Amino acid sequence: MIPEIGHLALIIALCLALVQATVPMIGAARGNAVWCAAARPLALGQLTFVLLAFSCLTHAFVTNDFSVLYVADHSNSRLPLQYRIAGVWGGHEGSLLLWVTMLGGWTAAVALFSRHLPEDMSARVISVMGLVSVGFLSFMLFTSNPFDRLIPGAVEGQDLNPLLQDPGLVIHPPMLYMGYVGFSVAFAFAIAALISGRLDATWARWSRPWTVAAWSVLTIGIALGSWWSYYELGWGGWWFWDPVENASFMPWLVGTALIHSLAVTEKRGGFKTWTVLLAICAFSLSLLGTFLVRSGVLTSVHAFATDPERGVFILAFLFVVIGASLTLYAWRAPKVGLGGRFALLSRESLLLTNNVLLVAAAGSVLLGTLYPLVLDALGLGKISVGPPYFNAVFLPLMVPAIFLMGVGPYARWKKAELPELAKRLKWALASGVVAALVLPFFMGSWRPLVALGVLLAVWVIAAGGMGLVARIRATPGGFFGLPRSYLGMQIAHAGVAVVIVGITMVTAYQEERDVRMDVGDTAVVGGHTFRFDGVRGMPGPNYQSSMGTITVLDDGVATRVLHPEKRVYTVQTNPMTEAAIQSNPVRDLYVSLGEPLGGGAWSVRIYFKPFVSWIWGGAVIMALGGFTALSDSRYRLVLGRRFRPRALRRKGTEAPAR
Amino acid sequence: MRRGALLLAALLAAGLMDTGAAAKDAVPMGGDPAVEARMMGLASELRCLVCQNQTLADSHADLAQDLRQEIRELIASGMTDDQVRDYLVERYGDFVLYRPPWKATTALLWAGPLLLVVAGGVVLGFSLRRRRREALEDDAPLSDEERARLQHLLEDEKGETPP
Amino acid sequence: MKARGLVPLVVFVVMAGFLWVGLKLDPREVPSPLIDKPAPDFSLPLLDAPDAKLSPADLRGQVWLFNVWASWCVACRQEHPLLVQLARSGEVPVYGLNYKDTIPAATDWLDRFGNPYAATVVDADGRVGIDYGVYGVPETYLIDKEGTIRFKQIGPLTPVVIEKTILPLVRELNA
Repeated sequence: MIPEIGHLALIIALCLALVQATVPMIGAARGNAVWCAAARPLALGQLTFVLLAFSCLTHAFVTNDFSVLYVADHSNSRLPLQYRIAGVWGGHEGSLLLWVTMLGGWTAAVALFSRHLPEDMSARVISVMGLVSVGFLSFMLFTSNPFDRLIPGAVEGQDLNPLLQDPGLVIHPPMLYMGYVGFSVAFAFAIAALISGRLDATWARWSRPWTVAAWSVLTIGIALGSWWSYYELGWGGWWFWDPVENASFMPWLVGTALIHSLAVTEKRGGFKTWTVLLAICAFSLSLLGTFLVRSGVLTSVHAFATDPERGVFILAFLFVVIGASLTLYAWRAPKVGLGGRFALLSRESLLLTNNVLLVAAAGSVLLGTLYPLVLDALGLGKISVGPPYFNAVFLPLMVPAIFLMGVGPYARWKKAELPELAKRLKWALASGVVAALVLPFFMGSWRPLVALGVLLAVWVIAAGGMGLVARIRATPGGFFGLPRSYLGMQIAHAGVAVVIVGITMVTAYQEERDVRMDVGDTAVVGGHTFRFDGVRGMPGPNYQSSMGTITVLDDGVATRVLHPEKRVYTVQTNPMTEAAIQSNPVRDLYVSLGEPLGGGAWSVRIYFKPFVSWIWGGAVIMALGGFTALSDSRYRLVLGRRFRPRALRRKGTEAPAR
Repeated sequence: MRRGALLLAALLAAGLMDTGAAAKDAVPMGGDPAVEARMMGLASELRCLVCQNQTLADSHADLAQDLRQEIRELIASGMTDDQVRDYLVERYGDFVLYRPPWKATTALLWAGPLLLVVAGGVVLGFSLRRRRREALEDDAPLSDEERARLQHLLEDEKGETPP
Repeated sequence: MKARGLVPLVVFVVMAGFLWVGLKLDPREVPSPLIDKPAPDFSLPLLDAPDAKLSPADLRGQVWLFNVWASWCVACRQEHPLLVQLARSGEVPVYGLNYKDTIPAATDWLDRFGNPYAATVVDADGRVGIDYGVYGVPETYLIDKEGTIRFKQIGPLTPVVIEKTILPLVRELNA
């Protein structure tokens, strides 16, 4: 009964989305206030029904309703409750429902927080988002219905993939999808601007907070994914340039470029066509990512159960949405005009350079991800493009971008003077160079790449810090008088520096030993002694575990005990490694069990990972910067004020100013 | 801390540390550390053909273990890293390399990023020059005709002749 | 409409074209670099006569199929009836490579499911498999009279592949 209600709710949501996609858009074109005003209730209605469907599916999981095919495939009655709930998005169909729910959520948010927008603009934005909803809801209903019944119902479920039975599943996909999908708002604003022909600084001010919010959440989502694979997969790596990882990273890179570009459009009215194109590209890359993960076109450890028929549907949807947007762009963008002028050296030109580098980086990642497919399609053989390529290509692009990150905030708008910049920045550069020459020795050995990483990180912190101090002095009210958007930028840039330190240190100074350990054997890794104290069997809720005990000794004194496990799950019997990690702010000790070697001995992998947690800590700091910038007084919500309908603006005529 | 580690390792190696009667310093899984290091270095840039989303170094698959053993033997027999890679490519194709080889078909792949930056830079350069040209045009003094129009407009506004 | 504004659209359409073609391809399939190259040499014991050895040179002058199989391989059972049928038809002799298996298990398996092989060689440690670029079982090679590999089937044989690809090629090579 309940799954049928969920199914019906999805159908109703689709109908509402169809109306949402068309009526307000037509209303805006015709100047019909009533049709435009329909956007809000339609958006809220669609969200209500999507949430209803989501609740129905969750209910099916929680009550172990194995007559629903999706539940039977991804759950089990012995699965702990939190994973039964998180399992809702553990497979293809359910994750689509999560996607659609996130989209509904963002649309409703736009509907609620857009009182200050002209009616026709908000109508168009909500319509565009409705169009995307139509695509995903129809995709679900026609090819990937989570509510399909299994007749006769299964007695027991196939269990959730053991790799997913982890707290990571509870937060990573929701955060990631919230970010991915959030770029649809920037996209919708861009399309609305192109359609209406109204693309100016005000438009940028409206669209910027939505973009920053999506970007911040996506940053956290990607960081969570990296952290989860680090501790879950047992090989101590944190980024593999896997196609699905790339699929989330590309929108992030373009999204970063977009935030910077929007800053220019908002302050100086420049970069307008470029900003619009970036907004379209960011969301297009999100959609492309959805396609890549679910179509079977690329192999990935993340790929969902693939089916070329579904791939065709998504590709067709992609073609329509992106093709139409880019056609609209080609047609309308030149009319939008150029915007403010600026000199060869100015904050604008530096930000543009930043954009070129970030977009080139995103383009390179796309090139590397799709190249094997291109060659195969052309019959030119089969190659693999993996981490060696991406690392070789990505780093040289990022180095100048990070260098510019220190310079940009110092450059004046419109025209900056090189001697002045040099004078203000020379101390920051000097401190970076000194740190680069000295710091690596503290870690053990001087290496050029470490020096480069340290140079960049210290440069960013020093340049940012000095700018912050100068600005505080110049602001009445000191620190608390600073605009939040400025503070947010400082925090986010500092976060980047922290990430750089983490990556540099862990890549250069990590240690790994793969050893055979009998009971009582010790191994020295990273200055710590690890003693193997045996393995014993331990039952879990839905698995059998072999739990090892490893004692960490510092100067002969036992300081920590680690328990790596090897689990065999009752239903899906492939063995799973659960690494044991001991973290502190400056290093991780990481131990994973290999295979039993007979006689109580096991093969054990021990890693020493210095500063690895700075990678994710830095990402969190970046997101905090984003959230800080969002709390700027410009964006203070107008929830308190009663809604007063603005006079509808016809094209070409101005309503009387309020 | 690092120096302490070195000292500890040296002492352990010299057997001067007593860590227990039967207990000992754990033996590395691989045989000769030098061969092992080279093998892992190679294997970390090779693709496991069975799981396909792991490196040969990390994969637990049977074929991966076989291939790692094969590589150990090839190294021990005196092959260089390039020769080992060629050996595997002969049997499995370029697919097994995670670092794409430099060939005619991959030229665009390796040159692509640089081309993108250069193209971006060129477009940026043109765009900046165009803005500068337009800026100069706008800042040019008014022509006589434009000045007359300006007078006219000012008169209209104020209803009196300007000084 | 400025031409420059069309660039993103053109790039996208080209990319979509590749994705469309990509839907029909299998990214997991690893094509063999050994096609049109000489079959790697080996000298392996026979399954039923461990003292006797077989190598590809012994099979020069005939077109033959080389089927990689194992008793632990589930998919091999799928294709086995087709191999038995093919062997019975006499069109092309089938030789087997027993890959990373044990002699008793392999012999038992053939007793149970039929033996289409003119002879089976035993590759206990998988070295010959590596030489042939085997990465998943079953795999089948078609080798011509000069000892050159002409075709490789990755995965179980199907009636379609046998009818449409293998048999025509066998006839062509035998002509």
